[in-house]
Amino acid sequence: MNEKISKEGVRHVAKLARLELSDSEEDRMTGQMNQILGYMDKLNELDTEGISPMTHAIQVENVHRPDCVSPSLERQDALANSPETDGCNFVVPKVI
Amino acid sequence: MDIYSLTMHEIHDMLASRRAGAVELVSAFLDRIEAVDPKVKSYISTLADMALQEAKLFDSGKKDFAASPIAGVPLAIKDVICIKGTLTTCGSRILENFVPPYDGTVTTKLRDAGAIFIGKTNMDEFAMGSSTENSAFGPTRNPWDLERVPGGSSGGSAAAVAAGLCAGSLGTDTGGSIRQPASFCGVVGLKPTYGRVSRFGLVAFASSLDQIGPITRDVEDAAILLQAIAGYDRRDSTSVDLPVPDYRAALSQPIRGLRLGIPREYFIEGTSPEVLVAVRRAIDTCRDLGAQIVDVSLPHTEYGIAAYYIVAPAEASSNLARYDGVKYGLRASGAKDLMEMYRKSRSQGFGAEVKRRIMLGTYVLSAGYYDAYYKKASQVRNLIRRDFQEAFEKCDALLAPVAPIPAFKIGEKSDDPLQMYLSDVFTLPASLAGIPGLSVPCGFTSDNLPIGLQILGPHFSEELILRVAHQFEQATISEIGSRKTEVISRLA
Repeated sequence: MNEKISKEGVRHVAKLARLELSDSEEDRMTGQMNQILGYMDKLNELDTEGISPMTHAIQVENVHRPDCVSPSLERQDALANSPETDGCNFVVPKVI
Repeated sequence: MDIYSLTMHEIHDMLASRRAGAVELVSAFLDRIEAVDPKVKSYISTLADMALQEAKLFDSGKKDFAASPIAGVPLAIKDVICIKGTLTTCGSRILENFVPPYDGTVTTKLRDAGAIFIGKTNMDEFAMGSSTENSAFGPTRNPWDLERVPGGSSGGSAAAVAAGLCAGSLGTDTGGSIRQPASFCGVVGLKPTYGRVSRFGLVAFASSLDQIGPITRDVEDAAILLQAIAGYDRRDSTSVDLPVPDYRAALSQPIRGLRLGIPREYFIEGTSPEVLVAVRRAIDTCRDLGAQIVDVSLPHTEYGIAAYYIVAPAEASSNLARYDGVKYGLRASGAKDLMEMYRKSRSQGFGAEVKRRIMLGTYVLSAGYYDAYYKKASQVRNLIRRDFQEAFEKCDALLAPVAPIPAFKIGEKSDDPLQMYLSDVFTLPASLAGIPGLSVPCGFTSDNLPIGLQILGPHFSEELILRVAHQFEQATISEIGSRKTEVISRLA
């Protein structure tokens, strides 16, 4: 079978996606992604030269509004779901 | 007459004419959920206290049943839509304890109309799936056969309506997630046109495809519920500022003279013969009602699956990047640095299908693959939209099956993701094109499993497809409509 993605490739994509897969998850993911991406080859039956890509289901235009201050979420409410805060800020592990 | 089989409009009539009180009614539904839902598992959480409190406001005269056709009516909401102060899990471990600090726009609209929320329904994690088996909280079962799936991803909402565990519900549809479970459970499901209903407060899966819509016991209820949630919202810049017509008023118009197209690509080998027979009979019924049946072609139908399963995971991989264990959701303990915290939190919080889609989406958007996958799929999406545009020059609406097979067994496809994706073949194209689609029961298999008829129309033609569905439903009430509620008494 024409391999689309190797186990190393899967590891690289997982890194980009901020996921950590176990060895057996990597094996299963490699098989399944190859199967699914292999199916996607079907699209190559179509000549899409000159067809513009469609990114939205309906015509969308930029929506503008006046730049004025209006009420927004209270800080306490915004922090309420966080796993760790100091009461004013989100707390995260050391970055550097 | 037991209240669990009643439609929303029948329940509202009963409340408005004081034949039952709101507290009595809400309590009855909560009792039934307690008794029956352990078998069906359609709810992730119930909102008993909140619902009873709301009901009391009606009974004490502080709120008026006459305010709207859904005032006092108990509804279930898919657990991907935010209700302020109540658990909203999206069927995921990562949001197991998430309590939104605000209401979604549909929630606000329903609240203002007086609806009573009685619970949040089960779903495939982040709406990714076609069977509700991908819920972190266990699968929902099909009320018609508890060994089978209710469809997905709005399987909890469809099963709750079918089993008489609410009067009506909201689902969401990204690639068929309202229409397919409605079909599997023998209820009515409507995916509105993209932009018809605000997505503000709907947890995002694939933002160019997601739409919220009603799942109900009859077409009139779907019209009533759509009426309550449709319209422009400045908080969703993709919602469309078009007037909302009176959907209920449109229902009674006959369909004589309408041109109904039969897309030949939806009647293909591999579709269950029983599904084909039921849908062909439905077409005959529409012909008998005076509609003109025309043969049409949607030549790119077979490419819908590949295009969708590139576009939707691509958008999902971007949308789900927000689950990083910082602002909300699960945070894994013991990480040495920020990056490890991200990786561990996401890996512990997401289930297998969500990981698979994030991986696929990340891959198709990554350097070197973007043109071959994402750009190509977006071009094919355009071809699929053109197919529909051309078809709608020859007809007013389309009739087709919803799914190639009726409800399948739990576990039957869960180990084979591609097989699961292939079962979405008839619902994905309409999602890619952004057009509205409706599923209405049109028959049963020899095993007594419901079969749905799909009605598709041009953008913003909800009035028309609801009308076709209503006229069909009324014409078949003695053979289909009367059987729809038999499952409710069986589960008592």
